Amino acid sequence: MVSQKRDAAIVGIYEYPKRKAPGVTALQIKAECAARALEDAGLSWGDVDGLYDAQDGAGSAGLGLAEYFGFKPNVIDTTQVGGSSYEFHAAHARRDIAAGKCKVALLTYGSTAHSDARRIGTGGGGGGGYSPGSSSPLSNMTDPWGMTLISNYGMVASRHMYQYGTTSEQLAHISVATRAHAMRNPEAVQAMKDLEFVGINEITVQDVLSSRMVADPLHLLECCMVSDGGGAVVIASPEVARNCKKKPVWIIGSGEATRYSENGSDITISAAAQSGPPAFGEAGITPAEIDIAMIYDSFTITVLVMLEDLGFCKKGEGGAFVGGERLHYKSPLKPVLNTDGGGLSSNHPGMRGIFLLLEAARQLRGESTSQVEGAKLAVAHGNGGMLATSHTGGTIILARD
Amino acid sequence: MAGRPLPRFPEPDTQAFWDATKEHKLTYQVCAKGHIVFFARAHCPTCGSREMTVKESKGEGTVYSYSVVRLNRHPAFAALGPYAVAYVDLDEGFRVLTNLAGLADPVNEAKIGARVKVRWEDQEGGLSLPMFAPA
Ligand SMILES: [Zn+2]
Repeated sequence: MVSQKRDAAIVGIYEYPKRKAPGVTALQIKAECAARALEDAGLSWGDVDGLYDAQDGAGSAGLGLAEYFGFKPNVIDTTQVGGSSYEFHAAHARRDIAAGKCKVALLTYGSTAHSDARRIGTGGGGGGGYSPGSSSPLSNMTDPWGMTLISNYGMVASRHMYQYGTTSEQLAHISVATRAHAMRNPEAVQAMKDLEFVGINEITVQDVLSSRMVADPLHLLECCMVSDGGGAVVIASPEVARNCKKKPVWIIGSGEATRYSENGSDITISAAAQSGPPAFGEAGITPAEIDIAMIYDSFTITVLVMLEDLGFCKKGEGGAFVGGERLHYKSPLKPVLNTDGGGLSSNHPGMRGIFLLLEAARQLRGESTSQVEGAKLAVAHGNGGMLATSHTGGTIILARD
Repeated sequence: MAGRPLPRFPEPDTQAFWDATKEHKLTYQVCAKGHIVFFARAHCPTCGSREMTVKESKGEGTVYSYSVVRLNRHPAFAALGPYAVAYVDLDEGFRVLTNLAGLADPVNEAKIGARVKVRWEDQEGGLSLPMFAPA
């Protein structure tokens, strides 16, 4: 039984088409995406009265961003929780709109991670290997150990394998499905060309297992790309949404959580175990009803853990759940996974959360390059931070009319 | 092993922990209500108590999980070859992030559930890093 609450809807979307964008800045990407998402909605620049930002434009968070854009918003929310920021923003925008604080909320993202040659995954920096800037208790306890971002997720995968008998073969199915979807998405294909992927084609489980081990037990083809990119989402009140160009995609449930390793904790359980149930509860639906699962695929293990924690299968049974072609967009079984090609094969400039909302909205509008016929319900689950140490989870449930 | 990124001070929460490593002492805290606390803080994250007692661990525990890093461009780690980052659960009930030591071939020898014991690796400047080798 789908909740009848219709507080706010996604009415405008835009994904920056390039994944390699030398010579532009994150702020320029954000502004261009804002203009095009407003155009998609049939709204004007001056309509924006709520600004949500993850502080990704240089020097321009709450204080500078409105001025750069030229907005005078009534709501400014600069929640920064890494890759899950945009799910948090969508939840907050809906709440603020329902409270009458604003009518047209704008979420933007811009990043030049690829052109900056930022070593997100394997360098000392950014991945819990070394924290530049001022010291903190966490950085002091983490920095000496050379824990790269990928090895952080590798520790979750190792433990999941130990505890539940999960295999690399099973995890590989996640890469196989997302690549199949990416090959149907011209922007993803161009991305793989621009980022000089070795083989731009559909892949097999064996291809994944044969790719180089980066941090045991994660292989290269289980790791997301590092791209440039960005996007924008416009969320509006029901009154505004009724007059927009495109059909509204309603936000009907949300949940937010954080989780961290502590004495005796189980690192195979993510924040999704806390953020999922209130989101589904508020929406009045069960995971079994979801058509489209847009799950943050920084690595294969991220998806596996979150499918379990969101309740698509029991804890520990994710390996068997993702087998075969179950996650493929043509699968007779629900839900299908990351139909845009995901962070693994389409777009990952560092904080992928906004793309989860974008592709979920495309599916519910009927605009995906791997369209699921009659898709009615989608979940977007973003993950921020690092899975084995501390991270955040934001769950958004979306419905079409 | 010069060149690893090391803790930086002033940082009042973890200063005493790192000072104790100079004498090869692995310390943790217990609050007034008996909650085990790690990493070191001025308050207990379970109950909010600010009455914290420092204790010394025997340095024996079990590997909770690990990952062998094959690629790290940071010069101090690039030189190591494959090395294992791990969580070790100490017998006193606290969990540390660490590296596994004393394994000729970490890819094949690192094991979850293995019993390990602290092995100190002294750093330039006097601090020592608590790593864990097979018990
Ligand atoms: Zn306590």
